[in-house]
Amino acid sequence: MKRNHKKFTIPSKYLLLVLTVVCIILMCATFFTDFLATPLSNVAGSVLIPFQRGISRIGETAGRRKEEMENLRDVMKKNEELQEKLDQLVIENSALQQDKYELNHLRELYQLDEQYESYEKVGAHVVSRDPGNWFSAFVIDKGEKDGLKVDMNVMAGSGLVGRITEVGHDWSKVLSIIDDTSSVSAMVLSTEDTCIVQGNLDTMRNGMITFSKLVTQEGTVKEGDKLVTSYISTKYLPGILIGYVTEINPDSNNLTHSGYVTPAADFTHLEEVLVVTTQKNTYEGGEETDG
Amino acid sequence: MKQNIFAAVCVLLAFVLQSTAVKWIAFGGICPNLLIVIIAALGFTYGCNMGLLTGFFAGLLWDLFYGDLLGFYALVFMYVGYMNGGFWQIFFKEDIKLPVVLVTGSDVIFGVTSYVMRFLLRGRFEFANYFGHVILPEAVYTALITLLIFPLFARITTRLDRPVQKGKGPMIEIRETEV
Repeated sequence: MKRNHKKFTIPSKYLLLVLTVVCIILMCATFFTDFLATPLSNVAGSVLIPFQRGISRIGETAGRRKEEMENLRDVMKKNEELQEKLDQLVIENSALQQDKYELNHLRELYQLDEQYESYEKVGAHVVSRDPGNWFSAFVIDKGEKDGLKVDMNVMAGSGLVGRITEVGHDWSKVLSIIDDTSSVSAMVLSTEDTCIVQGNLDTMRNGMITFSKLVTQEGTVKEGDKLVTSYISTKYLPGILIGYVTEINPDSNNLTHSGYVTPAADFTHLEEVLVVTTQKNTYEGGEETDG
Repeated sequence: MKQNIFAAVCVLLAFVLQSTAVKWIAFGGICPNLLIVIIAALGFTYGCNMGLLTGFFAGLLWDLFYGDLLGFYALVFMYVGYMNGGFWQIFFKEDIKLPVVLVTGSDVIFGVTSYVMRFLLRGRFEFANYFGHVILPEAVYTALITLLIFPLFARITTRLDRPVQKGKGPMIEIRETEV
């Protein structure tokens, strides 16, 4: 058992005890104070982020190729299917498809033009994602040196993705709105009724997150209505599209409604995001109630 | 020394891959946990000390990048590594069953701890739901990944632990011993 006569080894029991205490102290420090280990994260980040960036780039290109291949396969499959159908149906089908595509396209253009033109944005790549299956935070490749700050809003395409929670030298951490710990103050675009949109791991399996505390008249908010960030949010700029109401149910208290919302941003293929550098001016020192 | 460098490289590589490449092979939104595989493997190959140290540092990395409670994952991974280290004496590399069982067990423990500390305490009570849709799929997927990775890992460690001087007769494997 004593092969290493030169080395002094600490019995693992004591090592375990010491490190456990270290962990608990760290946890208490982060829980009870505002202590953030950003300097330490910076050191780790400067070593690891370049590698993560490289690998993510490879993935992006590979993903794009794969998508192209899949698209090709899809088109071929669709072609075969269409061949089998009657001419009438073929014409109808393609017409519908074209309409749908056009609608999406126009909707997208409309969104971008109308709503977000006034906000200044900067593009960034997603470098890495939360390693586990429980949360959906991610890291982007821009940080302090590009002028990013904590609480800036992040979008992809025409939808809200989340907000920055931690900024390092050349990286920042983004908490996405589908994360189980995230909540956003939102409102229904058509009626201006406010509600809270919360991320939910459980319903995200079906591509939806939840909203609650919607005070509205029965029947005015319908499925398919747009949910946007509200004017009263402390951290989000107003009017950014969050998603579409998919299901709405009255709560048991008969005062509020809750239900599900399908996010507008595509969270499964998040590669490039836009960081809105315009920040909401809020009352300094005001207590943040939502975020 | 060689083993320590190997362990450090393993942990860093696993972490980088876990946060990037592993997401590409996600199946139904669930990806395997490479870090657990590596920490458990280092644990039962080299003993408690190695397990708990690699666990601690891997967890700390996770915390620094993605945790909002610094030290939480460090603690969980450290205990996972330590517990796997306990199986050091009955483990030998030719047997794939024990590693798979241990890794699966570790992943379930990791999943349950994550759920209890980060979800249950916030009032998400549907344990069966989370167990069936997150913890169990992750453990099964991780077990499958272990089947792929472990033979490679065992081969590398065997190489590393081979004595430098080439003696005659059968090669005797020497393991780093623990107290």
